[in-house]
Parts: sequence; structure tokens; C-alpha cells
Amino acid sequence: MDSALIPEGAKRCSFPKFYMGIAVVGAVVLWGLLAWGLIYWKGLNQTNMNDYYGFALWIWADLAVIAVGGGAFFTGLLKYIFKIDELKNIINFAVIIGFICYSSALLILAIDIGQPLRGWFIFWHANVHSMLTEVAFCLSFYFAVLTIEFIPNILENRQANKVSFFHHLAHNMHGIMVIFAATGAALSFFHQGSLGGVAGVMFGRPFSFREHLNIWPYTFFLFTWSAAAFWPCFTLLVTKITETITGKKLVGDKTVHLLSKIAGWMITSYIIAKIIDTIYWATVTAPSLGFKWTHFYSNNALYGKWMLFTELILCGVLPGVLLIMKSTRENSKLRLLAIILGVIGVCLNRWVMVLQVMAVPVMPFDTWALYIPSWQEMATTILPVAYGIILIALTYRYLPVFPQEQELNYPVEEEAVDEPVVAPAAEPVAATE
Amino acid sequence: MLPFCFEWVWDLGHVLFIGGLLFAPIGILGAGLTYCAVKAAYETINDSGESHH
Repeated sequence: MDSALIPEGAKRCSFPKFYMGIAVVGAVVLWGLLAWGLIYWKGLNQTNMNDYYGFALWIWADLAVIAVGGGAFFTGLLKYIFKIDELKNIINFAVIIGFICYSSALLILAIDIGQPLRGWFIFWHANVHSMLTEVAFCLSFYFAVLTIEFIPNILENRQANKVSFFHHLAHNMHGIMVIFAATGAALSFFHQGSLGGVAGVMFGRPFSFREHLNIWPYTFFLFTWSAAAFWPCFTLLVTKITETITGKKLVGDKTVHLLSKIAGWMITSYIIAKIIDTIYWATVTAPSLGFKWTHFYSNNALYGKWMLFTELILCGVLPGVLLIMKSTRENSKLRLLAIILGVIGVCLNRWVMVLQVMAVPVMPFDTWALYIPSWQEMATTILPVAYGIILIALTYRYLPVFPQEQELNYPVEEEAVDEPVVAPAAEPVAATE
Repeated sequence: MLPFCFEWVWDLGHVLFIGGLLFAPIGILGAGLTYCAVKAAYETINDSGESHH
């Protein structure tokens, strides 16, 4: 039914099977929309946020998707500025993942602000002393950059590309993509950093407060660094999931090994910096504010030293080492283990920097304040995941996302196209399985 | 926030923040997109663009 829209030569599942799958995920989207509607109708009392938790599940999800979605800016930087051409095989998918992550972050913020009709105030009545204003600016414009990077891929759809204007527009946008990529990299650097900076400047929260380099706390640099370090893990993980579902090899081993190697060195360098930062905080910063570091990991049911060990060693040092060593990096099972641990590690770091910060007692009369999100918060947090699955499914089906798909999956048919007299039936067609 | 509106102050914070992070990206992205669209329209009319990329 939709074979005219499917990229030439690509094989996709049947139309009913595809949309049955979309309908299942669509049900989750509806559940999220119901919760969203309730929150807009009845207000933020639908959440379990309170005076302790002004930042809660949504802000963690926001920071986590922004961290793992940082792949788009870093891939763009490496591909267009540093000219690492091998990344052309995954740049489209990295952009799509980034687009999903950043649109999800904006969607979550749109739910979180409570009064959406006043959402534009942050641009018009900007508080120029606020790091979060910078985050809002950079996030919005970086999303615009991602949209611009995504548009040429959409215009390369088989039918859209037949329109001469779209064809030329896509070509011209590719031509000056370096400018958009450079703008995106600058914007992304600042907002990743500022998200970390917010935690680091909170003097009244000694668990997250850090020493500064000029006006920037160390967390500013650690957040940017960690986003740049862990994005390949998420990009590779989503690629692996897509390959498993489609039953096809979509990205060549050379590209996967290169990304894994980049991840390994970035994670290792980041985690060394993070461990040094943690030791300095535990031995100098926290005592100078009147606390022993063990205070932040005791007398509560959830946040123990195991969390620090999991974040730094299990999900930091281990994936870094596994991805640095060639033998483990090129072993598909160990590589998968490393990238899963990496994704968990960066998400755990954001959890600690948002939710553990809120949970820690800071007054002598305070106790630990633990928090369980309401179903409305959970549904609206799962909503972007379902939306992401749908968008990946649609782009995979209708757009030429993976330039290597043909050569990795149908090499015989490609050869046959060169010799139409011998194998006339093997000409590329938009076949459906 | 535009210069000369009542909230605007001519200080470094406003110029760097609003100028550098609001108007500069709008300008770069807007100019880039306009260039691409105008060039594509010109190429479409004259059919002078490359047929593949």
C-alpha cells in the first residue's frame, strides 16, 4: 500500500504488520497523553512533587535524554568539523536520535512548567543571571539545529526527492551543514554545561556544590564531558535494538568499532576526572561546609555507598576499560554489555545530581526525603519513549537513514543490478516482505 | 526581549546573553536557511543544480 514511499531497493515488513506495531506503541502514547491532559486540566497536584522536590522525575528524564541525545552534536562535530568521514554511516541516525531526545526534553518541560500559556516568558522576560535561561535558549535553538539537520533526510524520501525544489534544497542544506553543525556544537556545549552548573552552584546543597573555575563549577565541565563520552553508547544501543527488531545489519562493523573506541577513551578520561572531582569534594569541599561525605550515603533506605560504586566503577570504569581494549571492544557481547552499562551510568549520574541532591537533609532538623513519582509523572515520562519508538519506526521505513543497509544486507542484488541481462528480476524495487 | 523594550538594559549581561544566545543563533540559522531556500528556488527555475549528491 505504501511501497511507493519506501526507499528504493529496501525491504520492509507488510503495511498491516507495521501499523499493528505502531498501534501497540500508540496505546502507550495515549496513556501518556491522558496523564498530560490531567496535569494541564487539574494542575501539578497530579504529581508527587512537593517542597522538597521542585525538581523530580521529569527533570531527571530531561537531563538524561539531553545527555544521551548529545550524540547528534558530537557526531556532527566529528563528521563536519573534524572530517571523520566514517561517521557518515551513522550520522543520519544520530541526528534522528538527537531530534527525538531534544523534542522529548522540550515536551517534558512543556508539561513541567505548570502554566504553559506563559512558556514564552522565558524568552521575552529573560533573567540574564540564570543558568536555566541559558539552558532554555540553547535547548530551543539546538532543537532548531537538529530539525535543520533532519530536514535533508526527510527530503530524501523517494517521493519528496522527485520534487525538484526539495531535491535542490536538501543538496544545498548538505552543502552548508558545517555551519549548522558548528552552531549546534556551540549551543550544545553551553547547555550541557549549564545543566551541570545548576547543581554545582547550589551553595545550600553541599552534596552537589563544587569548587569553581572562574564562574563555572566543575560540574559544568563534567556534564558536557559525560554527554560527549556516553552518547556513542546510547546511539550504538538504539542501533543494536533497531537491528534486532528489523533482523538486519544496518551499520558496518568498522563504524561501530570506531564509535566504541571513541566512547572508550572519552568515558575513561571522563571517569578519571569524575573520580578526582569526587575525591576532592569528599575530602575538601564537603568538610569545608561542615559535612562528612559519608553523611550523604547513610541513614536512608535507598542512597548508599553502593550507588557511588555503581556510578563510578561498575558503570564508569568498567565500560571505559571494556571499550578501550580492542579484544573486548570487538567482541559483540562484551561491547553490548559495555554500552548498556554506559547508558545506565550516565542516567544514574543525572539521577544522583537531581534527585539525591533533593533527598539529602541539609538542615539539622531535616530527615531524608524520599520520593515516589505518581502514575501521571511516570506516564508522561514514558510518553517520549513511545513517541521515539514510533518516529524511529517511521523514519526507518520511509527514509534512507542507513547508507550501508543495501551493501550489508543485499549484496547479491546489488551485483545483479549491474548485470540486468543475467538477472532482470533483481532490479531494485520497493519490495515488502 | 528586544533592545529598547522596557526590560532591556544596555549592560554586558544583556548584550552577551540575549545577543549571543538568542539573536545570534536566530540570525545564523535564519540566514543559512534563507540562503539554501533561495539557491534551491534559483536552481529549480533554471534547472542548473546538480542532479545528484
